[in-house]
Amino acid sequence: MTDFPWLTVLIALPAVGALLVGLLPRENESLAKRAALGISLVEAVLAIVMTTAFKVGGDRFQFTEKYWWIKQFGVHWAVGVDGVALVLVLLSVILVPLVIIASWDEAGRSGGTDAAPPKRSAKIYFALILALEAMMVGVFAATDVFLFYVFFEAMLIPVYFIIGSYGGPQRSYAAVKFLLYSLFGGLLMLVAVVWLYPLSQEKLGHGTFMFEELNKMHVDGMTAKWLFLGFFVAFAIKAPMVPVHTWLPDAAAQSPAGALVLVVGVLDKVGTYGMLRFCLELFPGAAKWATPVVLAFAVVSIVYGAVLAIGQVDLKRLVAYTSVSHFGFIVLGIFAMTSQGQSGATLYMVNHGFSTGALFLLVGFMISRRNSARIDAFGGVQKVAPVLAGTFLVAGLSGLSLPGLSTFVSELMVLIGTFSRHRLPAVLAASGIVLAAIYILWTYQRTMGGPAREEVKGMPDLSLREKVAVAPIIAIIVAMGLFPQPVLKAINPSVKEGLARVEVHDPAPKITGNVAENGARP
Amino acid sequence: MVAAGLAAAPSGVEKFPAPIVEYHLVAPMLLVFGAAIVGVLVEAFVGRSHRYRVQAPLAAAGLVIAFLWTVYLAGGLAWTGIGFLDPDEKAFHAAAMGAIGVDGPTLLIQGTILVLACLSLLLIAERRHSSFAAQAAALPGTEAEQETMASGFTQTEVFPLMMFAVGGMLMFPASNDLLTMFAALEIMSLPLYLLCGLARRRRLLSQEAAVKYFLLGAFSSAFFLYGTALLYGYAGSVRLAVISAQLGRDAGSETLMLAGVALLSVGLLFKIGAVPFHMWKPDVYQGAPTPITALMASCTLVSAFGALMRVYYVGFETLRWDWRPFTWGVAILTMIAGAIIAITQTDLKRLLAYSSIAHAGFLLTGIIAVTRDGLAGALFYLVAYGFTTIGAFAVITMVRDGGGEAAHLSRWAGLGRRSPVVAGVFSFFLLAFAGIPLTSGFTGKFAVFKAAVEGHATPLVVVGVLSSAVAAFFYVRVIVVMFFSEPEADGPTVVAGPMTAAAVTLGVAATVVLGVLPQPMLDLAGHAATQMFVR
Repeated sequence: MTDFPWLTVLIALPAVGALLVGLLPRENESLAKRAALGISLVEAVLAIVMTTAFKVGGDRFQFTEKYWWIKQFGVHWAVGVDGVALVLVLLSVILVPLVIIASWDEAGRSGGTDAAPPKRSAKIYFALILALEAMMVGVFAATDVFLFYVFFEAMLIPVYFIIGSYGGPQRSYAAVKFLLYSLFGGLLMLVAVVWLYPLSQEKLGHGTFMFEELNKMHVDGMTAKWLFLGFFVAFAIKAPMVPVHTWLPDAAAQSPAGALVLVVGVLDKVGTYGMLRFCLELFPGAAKWATPVVLAFAVVSIVYGAVLAIGQVDLKRLVAYTSVSHFGFIVLGIFAMTSQGQSGATLYMVNHGFSTGALFLLVGFMISRRNSARIDAFGGVQKVAPVLAGTFLVAGLSGLSLPGLSTFVSELMVLIGTFSRHRLPAVLAASGIVLAAIYILWTYQRTMGGPAREEVKGMPDLSLREKVAVAPIIAIIVAMGLFPQPVLKAINPSVKEGLARVEVHDPAPKITGNVAENGARP
Repeated sequence: MVAAGLAAAPSGVEKFPAPIVEYHLVAPMLLVFGAAIVGVLVEAFVGRSHRYRVQAPLAAAGLVIAFLWTVYLAGGLAWTGIGFLDPDEKAFHAAAMGAIGVDGPTLLIQGTILVLACLSLLLIAERRHSSFAAQAAALPGTEAEQETMASGFTQTEVFPLMMFAVGGMLMFPASNDLLTMFAALEIMSLPLYLLCGLARRRRLLSQEAAVKYFLLGAFSSAFFLYGTALLYGYAGSVRLAVISAQLGRDAGSETLMLAGVALLSVGLLFKIGAVPFHMWKPDVYQGAPTPITALMASCTLVSAFGALMRVYYVGFETLRWDWRPFTWGVAILTMIAGAIIAITQTDLKRLLAYSSIAHAGFLLTGIIAVTRDGLAGALFYLVAYGFTTIGAFAVITMVRDGGGEAAHLSRWAGLGRRSPVVAGVFSFFLLAFAGIPLTSGFTGKFAVFKAAVEGHATPLVVVGVLSSAVAAFFYVRVIVVMFFSEPEADGPTVVAGPMTAAAVTLGVAATVVLGVLPQPMLDLAGHAATQMFVR
């Protein structure tokens, strides 16, 4: 079974599925939905089966395939996953069927607060989601930088159409802003990608885009710094970090909730994944050079995102800003350059995907009930819809890193990992936890707590379909909070190997000296 | 060769020697010209009601046979190159006493022009919604015009005119001396000036376009000719190889040479529409009948770039340190100005005109590299861009309302709702123009940018991607209008004639294939470029 082209199949299946669903007759919407769900379930099962064949402690990249694609440019169709990529692929394929279930009825309507939402073709929505899934798997699985770039850019198109066609009243503004921000970053990255080719010719003797080979190049000096910046800016926009985060709240406010789960939960992870994989490993010297600035921006993102989240009146924007804060943590963990920090950051990517995914799904359910995303449109929901309120609380508590829920583990690892090398940023970042408590609990109090408002009284609780969509995520949040070990085991070797390439070693614990001193005192 | 020819003439007797023409090498051009002349005869002798049925297949046959002959020639070149044929026969050919160069890049350019001309012919021959005035002599809005329209005349002199233009386009990049090149330029341009004025609707705009194009074109031809004269003064010959040799010797008047190169460049840059010689493009593209716009935007651009590359690579290669800074400036200006001015456009044809200006800038970055990779990249880009452009203009001819084509952007609002397939196809073309991966536009851009980086022109590439980002804005804006806004009640309808639909389909197919599996075409371009231009 090891020769089975797992990853190619995982990329091709949803891509073909998207075409099929798109070609189904327009009238028969339920057929399109079922087909999309079926394909995404098969995809998830395949990915899980593949995971069982993944050997922890084996080669770094497994399930590798490599074929010539464009010989003239030295480009391969090369895929393979290490631990980090594997968990992110899993995150994607698990979220997609849940998103499809969650947007079962909403897809045809344009979301948000449109007074009379025009009917839109539902099958195209599901086709776009499947196309997006193919590209998400592809972008994490690509081990050829050119191929990565192709997926990275092509991914924008389905999202652009999802936001633009199925979003709220300001959808075209949000869609264009999203696309232009991402394209701008992507094009800067293109310069860097193009540059890699002659560089590899010079250093390796043959032009290539294979990650494993580029890795051996040891680029340094000004060239490395420029290349690092080309990649980093693209990833920072994608992640999104302050100050290039402004597309996210707009996109979030206008996007349909289901797609939003994928945009924030998975798509944005490509940014942080890219930093970890490409920025650090290809240009270690430049990465170290940029670390102080990156850490500063990461801390600003954490605090600024959290403060802005507190001030929001729109639920989707609120969750979007909390994500800006969380992405700050992830970047902090990556650039702390300790194995704990980076493992924590990778785990954080997964956990954030699930907990924010759950929050967005629930917010979407709330909006579909009240036809408004404003916080003051709700109040006392827990009286009428206890399951909705309860799941919201669990997802929210995970977001504020309550011990026992998934995000806690990763946030702690990031903070400890950062603290052992950079004290001040870690201390400042820790304030983000306090702020998180404010924005989550206060939001819960205003929407769910208190007496049930008149308009909320008739609000139905979660339907069976909605429960089916959320329950697996809640289960994962709890499970990963209690037993993060299996995931960490998959991540750790890759992180270690990556760090070895950067030629950084974890700082030796200094506590022992102090303890000895203290012990000597009477 | 000229010397040999003169020596063969009887000494002492003033006798003009008969030129030696390798007919099989110039056959593609002769075939197209022949078809054009037969077309003129058809126009004179065949009854009005039969003309269309004779002219359209005649033109198509001329183009197809010429293309097949080009393929045969290219195959022959490839075989001699790797020793299949007589090893003494050179892979490089200079035909017709060295006036015409038949080599790898030229054959690829000629083949491309012929294929693209076939696609344009599909649009021109479309009868479901003819784009041409029934009778060019009838003034717009007059009774005479109404009469001709009522009597159902169809314009058929379009076909021979187009064939003459295509013949000129084939000759332009193949010309190895400047006078031949000038003749080709005129043969190519004169029919185009006429064709521009033949639009069926908005006749005043169309005639204005024709006059503008003619005046500015004549002006630029004058520049070209003046430059040729000065270079003759410098090198004593109009032959590119001789000029190049003279440059190598570093003799003669530098003033004459530099002025000549500059004036010649102006003439050539005018044809590709590089800033600051781009003024004609938006007006002409907008006013001309859309099938003719498609022909100009694809074939003329390919041909003009071919000629530009030949002049720069063959004639002035040794001078590249002088012309490169100048071309840098032009490329940067062209990319930035094209992208920025396009943002404010509200007419789709004008928008595509400015987009074509920006693309000319991207192509220039490939040429500046002066390497085989740069040449190959530019060739690939031309092929990719040509197909996409014809497809895009074909879609514009399909979206119509009471007044003909609804080319104003606001009229396209909600088209994605009304005709999702047409709007989807147009969006795909726009994304290809914007250079999104998995389309031919991306592959082409990557090829020229890669060549430019290898040629140490990285700043140019940075400008290129930044203007791509700007350009993306207006491409995306069109998609927004089509898909994300509500349709108007009296919006345009889609009229898809079979031939237009065929042209669109071929455009889509080429854009997908060159984006997803570009390898064969890249090989072809790379192979063509290994031979470079023959001197």
